[in-house]
Amino acid sequence: MTALVVNPELGRHSWPVMSVVDGIEAHLTALLGDAIVEIYEHVGEACVVVTREGLVGAVTKLRDDPALRLNQLIDICGVDYPDRAERFDVVYQLLSMAKNLRLRVKVTTDARTPVPSLTGLFPVAGWYERETWDCYGVLFEGNPDLRRILTDYGFEGHPFRKDFPLTGYVELRYSEEHKRVVYEPVKLAQDFRSFDFLSPWEGTDYVLPGDEKAEKIGG
Amino acid sequence: MVELAGVAWRAEDNIDVLPARDGNAIQNYMINFGPQHPAAHGVLRLVMELDGEIIERCDPHIGLLHRGTEKLIEYKTYLQALPYMDRLDYVSPMCMEHSYVLAIEKLAGIEVPLRAKYIRTMFAEITRILNHILNVTTHAMDVGAMTPILWMFEEREKLLEFYERVSGARFHAAYFRPGGVHQELPDGLLGDIKDWADGYLRVLDEIQGLVADNRIFKQRNVDIGVISKEDAIAWGFTGPCIRASGVAWDLRKSQPYDAYDRMDFDVIMSDDGDCYARFMVRMDEMRQSLRIIRQCLAEMPAGRHATLDRKVSPPSRGEMKRSMEALIHHFKLYTEGLHVPAGEAYVATESPKGEFGIFMVADGTNKPWRCHVRATGMAHLQAMDFLCKGHMLADAPAILGSLDIVFGEVDR
Repeated sequence: MTALVVNPELGRHSWPVMSVVDGIEAHLTALLGDAIVEIYEHVGEACVVVTREGLVGAVTKLRDDPALRLNQLIDICGVDYPDRAERFDVVYQLLSMAKNLRLRVKVTTDARTPVPSLTGLFPVAGWYERETWDCYGVLFEGNPDLRRILTDYGFEGHPFRKDFPLTGYVELRYSEEHKRVVYEPVKLAQDFRSFDFLSPWEGTDYVLPGDEKAEKIGG
Repeated sequence: MVELAGVAWRAEDNIDVLPARDGNAIQNYMINFGPQHPAAHGVLRLVMELDGEIIERCDPHIGLLHRGTEKLIEYKTYLQALPYMDRLDYVSPMCMEHSYVLAIEKLAGIEVPLRAKYIRTMFAEITRILNHILNVTTHAMDVGAMTPILWMFEEREKLLEFYERVSGARFHAAYFRPGGVHQELPDGLLGDIKDWADGYLRVLDEIQGLVADNRIFKQRNVDIGVISKEDAIAWGFTGPCIRASGVAWDLRKSQPYDAYDRMDFDVIMSDDGDCYARFMVRMDEMRQSLRIIRQCLAEMPAGRHATLDRKVSPPSRGEMKRSMEALIHHFKLYTEGLHVPAGEAYVATESPKGEFGIFMVADGTNKPWRCHVRATGMAHLQAMDFLCKGHMLADAPAILGSLDIVFGEVDR
């Protein structure tokens, strides 16, 4: 197990070529045990979904495991799937410089349940968790400084959620009257336009005007 | 701040425990460094707690340039979202595009012709020099040297002309496209790049002679903002910043993309981990970039500048005038855009600042479900508090300059 193989596709594709670990799935299963929810691989990238409670333990093991040595936390980000019960994914990208490996670790959560913070393991997690909190409203338990980071002072809401409108709720301007910047509800000169360029021959599921009649006649 | 008249003050004293003879409590004071400060390299607000002139705590407030790029991308097709990348790190635009197009190519499994790989590699290195010129000279300016920026911006201007000649734009190039690059190189460009490359080494040596051995420059940078190997890894450092701390880690070598596996170059590193080491690593990296550019020029293969797959890359205008099929492809590509199969990928490239990554979640439609930008500068800036603690206020601009922060990228 865990023989490092140089990817045979070196030089064929344009995207970065990394070492791949033979049998990483079995190795991760043995290493992380029941913290694992799911392991999958896509376009040559391994991803392991772990439970929220098992996150800190799992990442500690991944960091200290001599076969993986994932010693750098590269990134944390959120992804929103509003249709799911636990709508948010929190995605951790781990990198091993010694083994030239990348591994993605994921947990799922909703807007109320906090995710344990990784600031104790990697100080760099601090800002990334702040960003995820700011943009998605995911709570991190144990982050000593969970303030907003990218949005304005006094901002309300979590702008990267799928149900947050692209144009936002407020706009600001300098008011000559008040001699300061004031916030006002956003006013659009024209309706927000979202073009749907998807071809009707593949993939759309909306009903074109008039089509419902055909359905009725047929049914 | 209470006047400390008559108290012999020494650097090693903790001002908090000095006796306040008139009974007043002595407390540290806070200053705002920025958001409008020339050495803040953009719109950075550093809230600093100072003990005299010594920085006790440094809290960077970022987000003043936050434009919601990641959210905007979710509402655009893959091709429409590409120019947002130029506006991230506006000092090295094409390197930002690089990660983005590679992520699309990886998810959609798009093959790229060898010539396109070489063109991209060459322009990625031109961009690296473009970026390092700006960083190295503004870093020198932050600590008092005015001349380098005036000298080197002439070179930068020449590089921007190369940008303009291939893409039509000096900064926001939108030149790298999924499947290759947007246009074939114009006639005579390779020769002109070669002429420039032959002269640039001399300019670089002149600047290095002007700055690197300068006594004042050394006093301001050597042993300032030292970060050890272990700390640099823990704080998520990448790129020249981690190489200056003694980690030989370069994504161009270890995880080669495009034509980097064919290039012969050295990974520059230093063991000192201070501001001076970061400066010198960048200076030497420019020489390695020149090596790569020369190899690209010498080996530039013939072929196409982009893939022939018409579901990915548009036909030429001439073709469109003659072929109905080509016209349809062009129309579909610029309205509906390409579909990327559902899945997720994290693609990182070695941008001039360090690891610049794109985490792309595709849902099978013509728009990304999520496109997260892993900003290099965010990790570096986060370490400001760690690096500045115990330094003098005047060291803060030197440390900031050596970290190479650009707010378009940090704030996104």
